[in-house]
Amino acid sequence: MVSNDTVVVDVDGLRMRYGTHDVLHEVNFQARQGEVLVLLGPNGAGKTTTIEILEGFRMRSAGRVEVLGADPATGDERWRARLGVVLQSWRDHGKWRVRELLAHLGSYYSCYSTEGIQRPWDADELVGLVGLTPHADKKIKTLSGGQRRRLDVAIGIVGRPELLVLDEPTAGFDPQARREFHDLLHRLADDHATTILLTTHDLDEAEKLADRIIILAGGRIIADGSADELSRRIAGESEVRWSVAGQHFVHLTAESTRFVHELFTEHGAAIADLEVRRASLEDTYMTLVRQAESGQDEAAQAAARKLEAVA
Amino acid sequence: MANPTMVAARAGWTRGVIELRQTFTNGQDLFGQLFWPAAMLVTMYFMRDAELGSSGLMLGTVVLPSILGMNVAFNGLLGMSQLLAVEREDGTLLRAKATPNGMLGYLIGKIVTVSGGLIAGLLIVLLPGSLIVDGLDAGSPASWAILLAVVVLGLVATLPIGAILGAVVASPRSLGLITLPIVGLVAISGIFYPITGMPDWLQWVGQVFPIYWLGLGMRSALLPDGAVVVELGQSWRHLETFGVLGAWAVLGLLLAPAVLRRMARRESGSSVAERREKAMQRVG
Repeated sequence: MVSNDTVVVDVDGLRMRYGTHDVLHEVNFQARQGEVLVLLGPNGAGKTTTIEILEGFRMRSAGRVEVLGADPATGDERWRARLGVVLQSWRDHGKWRVRELLAHLGSYYSCYSTEGIQRPWDADELVGLVGLTPHADKKIKTLSGGQRRRLDVAIGIVGRPELLVLDEPTAGFDPQARREFHDLLHRLADDHATTILLTTHDLDEAEKLADRIIILAGGRIIADGSADELSRRIAGESEVRWSVAGQHFVHLTAESTRFVHELFTEHGAAIADLEVRRASLEDTYMTLVRQAESGQDEAAQAAARKLEAVA
Repeated sequence: MANPTMVAARAGWTRGVIELRQTFTNGQDLFGQLFWPAAMLVTMYFMRDAELGSSGLMLGTVVLPSILGMNVAFNGLLGMSQLLAVEREDGTLLRAKATPNGMLGYLIGKIVTVSGGLIAGLLIVLLPGSLIVDGLDAGSPASWAILLAVVVLGLVATLPIGAILGAVVASPRSLGLITLPIVGLVAISGIFYPITGMPDWLQWVGQVFPIYWLGLGMRSALLPDGAVVVELGQSWRHLETFGVLGAWAVLGLLLAPAVLRRMARRESGSSVAERREKAMQRVG
């Protein structure tokens, strides 16, 4: 990992309000150069709003946001050239051919090369990198969903961005395409020190890709750390499975080490098939989101009681 | 280091040329390009023997240049607004916004595509048309110079307005709201029927908008001098033509940047997703 101390994304006290409804409350996080940061959360948690603010496509209501050293709300075209965005595509540029479009979109970046970064990416090389070489001269509207998505990723990185932002990039991928896509992201982060920020619903994907995971629920960050840290942080219950004399047992416990010790004290060598599984990221995620949501329910009920009292 | 604006302008030009090539190399677009010119030519063919009142002019002869003028307005207003509305919905504009100087390149590309399509469309009507109708005066350098001036001024007058219309319309399905009034304007702009036959007040309405003046400009370029007798005031009124078209150009160029910036500012992944949902509901 080439992650170093350069802060690429710095979000402090971010708030977003539509009318009287707050969709983001006091969101704080940072991303450092070369880091892969995954934003996880249920629908409506504020993931897309957050990344649209970072992309400079949406104005925030309050708070400080700095992306690649500039406020996205006022970022100029030179700043834009350092940022790669993978949008949720639909059917744009259907009549264009794959390589033709990459070469065209790349040409806008040619004047933004720096000493360290030669922009843009060569179209042929890029087509190969995302595995579309056999389709390079095909019209885009003839691509399959997965191929189209790989093209979107290629468009996102054609300017050799220092920060790449992706909104649900793997929706609709088959397992092989997903694996290849993960390899590509790892390569970008490792070989090119690209900072990567993506949203996903897929916990497995988050666990595989992320250096750090941020879980958003109800417009608040409810957890921030590596997959391991998150699992440890929740005093999650581990699952202990074993068998004695051919009979299988399962027990859930927060203190698995002590439990196993007691098990051996009692049964000794009769224990077989012992398995201890710490809470998975999925368990952690479900616990955290459930806590956050019930917390909100309580807060809402408290507010309602207050209103009633006033009335 | 190259100037980013120049880089984007060049990219825009390339974009326009590529999209023009696409238009003329796929069946569906080609049909769209050729259908109306063909329909116009058929109309002219049936009009070729009709006389225009007692002027001694043939109706088809007068209608041919008028149609060319109408086509300038159609391309500038409808062509531009349709492209903007459709490409806003399908995400092309958001793509441009995510690219450095991409909006500039996109708009230059559209201007090239629409202008190129217009020039092709004019030739498609003019060349066969001049064989169908008699009495055009299209050979002299002066008529080509006026024709070129009308095309250029017509585009400058109509493209920004077309872009504004495309930017404010809610979706491609609301484009009818723009198309209908413009077709209505054609009816009172002396394209298929002389404006002198209209009631006075309708003549005034027609003369506020560019379509009448584009038709008049084309007639002044392509008809013999004697044909001027069927026009209002028996004059080609070049000064007024340039005045009215110029006023529309100024109006459009003053408003368009702000309107387009506002449109661009509102583009985001979720706004495109929202429109996609709406469009899908229509289909589903």
